[in-house]
Amino acid sequence: MDAKQDDVPAVPGDGLEDADPGKLTKLHINYKKALRVQTTLVALPFLIAALLVEEAEVLPKGLVVIPIALIALAAIIRLPARRHFARGYAMSADRLRVVRGILFHSDTIVPFGRVQHIDVDQGPLERFFGIATLTLHTAGTQNSSVNLPGLEHALAMDMREEIRSHIKRESI
Amino acid sequence: MSEPATPDQPSPNPPSSAAMQGQALRTDPKSFVVQGLAGLRNVVLPIVAVYFSMRSMGSLAIIVAICAGIALIGIGTFSAFLRWRKFTYQVNEEDIRVESGILSRTARSVPFERIQDVSLEQSLVPRLFGLVAVKFETGSGGGDDISLLYLGEAEGERLRELVRDRKDGVASDGQKPAIEAVDGSDSAQSEPTAEDSTVLFAMDQRRLFTFGLFEFSLAVFAVLAGLSQYVEWFVDYEIWDADLWRGLIAEQQGWLSGLGYVGQALGALLGVIGLLVVGSATGLVRTYLRDWEFKLEQTPRGFRRRRGLLTKTDVVMPAHRVQAIKIGTGLLRNRFGWQDLNFVSLAQDSGSTNHTVAPFAQAEELDPVIRAAGFRPPDAQLDWYRASKLYRTDSIILGSAFFAIAAIPTAIFAPAGFVLIPLVLAVVVAVANYYAWRFHRHAIDHTQIFASRGLFAPRTQIASRIKLHSVGLSQGPIARRRGYATVHLGLAGGMFVIPGVPIERAMQLRHHVIESIASTDFSQLR
Repeated sequence: MDAKQDDVPAVPGDGLEDADPGKLTKLHINYKKALRVQTTLVALPFLIAALLVEEAEVLPKGLVVIPIALIALAAIIRLPARRHFARGYAMSADRLRVVRGILFHSDTIVPFGRVQHIDVDQGPLERFFGIATLTLHTAGTQNSSVNLPGLEHALAMDMREEIRSHIKRESI
Repeated sequence: MSEPATPDQPSPNPPSSAAMQGQALRTDPKSFVVQGLAGLRNVVLPIVAVYFSMRSMGSLAIIVAICAGIALIGIGTFSAFLRWRKFTYQVNEEDIRVESGILSRTARSVPFERIQDVSLEQSLVPRLFGLVAVKFETGSGGGDDISLLYLGEAEGERLRELVRDRKDGVASDGQKPAIEAVDGSDSAQSEPTAEDSTVLFAMDQRRLFTFGLFEFSLAVFAVLAGLSQYVEWFVDYEIWDADLWRGLIAEQQGWLSGLGYVGQALGALLGVIGLLVVGSATGLVRTYLRDWEFKLEQTPRGFRRRRGLLTKTDVVMPAHRVQAIKIGTGLLRNRFGWQDLNFVSLAQDSGSTNHTVAPFAQAEELDPVIRAAGFRPPDAQLDWYRASKLYRTDSIILGSAFFAIAAIPTAIFAPAGFVLIPLVLAVVVAVANYYAWRFHRHAIDHTQIFASRGLFAPRTQIASRIKLHSVGLSQGPIARRRGYATVHLGLAGGMFVIPGVPIERAMQLRHHVIESIASTDFSQLR
């Protein structure tokens, strides 16, 4: 039971090239816009509800609608930019790395050799903005589908081809 | 980026099907009729509801119901038609693609190498129209793959043949045909010849008896309580009626106090002995029923496990399907060195993806079983790493914070003294977390990754590095600030999570595992 702690041994090729945040590719700028529209759509019902409460005049004027409007405004302006900033991906010869999350950060690597099938999805909003979500499905129970939203549609298709051709090469 | 689908090898199928290649096809036009018909079932109930809710209006109700019905059917058919129009599939040189969706578009690509089985299904209505549902199964963990809802029978058959040809053409070296690759699930098949098999682990009567004693369980009382509730329906006997019990106890008390202290102590002792006997008997019966003549053999087709007294089960699982192994133990049995061994695989074993291959064995007995599955038990040279000390501090604080906070209302509202209960619990949780940390370890060697946890009943999980599917690091707000992460390993059929790893170590771990994964393609694993 000779357990070490916090002690990193010198290993050849010490694995930190996968960790460099500078190497991440940013998502398409339209992803931020799409997120903004999405946040607005989410905020809208709350604003309407706040206005209705205001109409009912049970509370002093502006006590409900002003804070809610401020929160909504902050969320619409700030959140998409931060989420866009926090996300990124890195595609190398044989793997895709997907990084996301402001508060709950996650950083996943999927080797192409483990990809079962590949989806390119576009919701109505994404179609409007010309972006798409690339999803890699693996056989693992955890991370069984890894999503990468906010890619330009053509790029997502290219990435799909690239990953698929890798599967082909590997298994011959 | 790479060039798309170049025909770099001769097509192994006849020209007739090659003509259909690379072209987006729709499913059979009749299929939207079939789906519309299937939708009818959903229409019937609302119509009946409309009719009954408006019954007071007399004949108007019938007209409204009919109109609503026609409208619903119309909408259903129209949307089925739209869906059919927008659903296309395409068989390419290397993959099958499906595009679908009216507003949201989805494009899925499944490479032939990953298709494990093609199944044709015919239920009643499609059958009348001569249609089949063609389903392509891959090994994906989410369980969603491609289904083409309703093609003509001939087209379905053609697709199946085509996929088989492609698979054979693509990966000819030593890969089994599609059917073989899939059937590895738990079904007793052709008897493996006796002389080729070696017994890896078996339990004799004595072992079974000891095992049964350790399986001590008071579950029977829970069952009895449940039954008594059920009995209540028949007997006019309010078992949950407090007054009845109070009366009974009062009666008994008189009788008990008559016995004196010795008698009372004796009674208590008898009660405890009774509990022990009942609990042990339950454990014994359950164990005997489940693990009677437990025998694990190694056969050319894989591991074969037979067990059971009344329901005998006979399970064969190919060795290459074992994704990881789990070694566990119990609070008490650990003191005597008894352990259990489970295999994690994609195949199901009575609802769980763990296969018990040795339920009750000493470490040296497990050793050959572990090696037979292609794993190695942790040895002395292994470098174990503990979780971050900051993680320990945070889990102590978070774990006891709940009880500490609960102490505040208790102090205010509950009678004095009660506040000690949450406080003591908080301390217990803190101490338990502190000690548990020492046993929270992971290690990695050239081919395997190990994780172990548990203070009194340590559990160890060992996974083969190349059989993993992805590696993710996740950090919550606290973990991020404190510089540790949870490592999630994509294991087929199970979870492999290592919490509280210092971030540099986590990165390193991930790098090593990814390197081993990327060196082998999925289709070479089987």
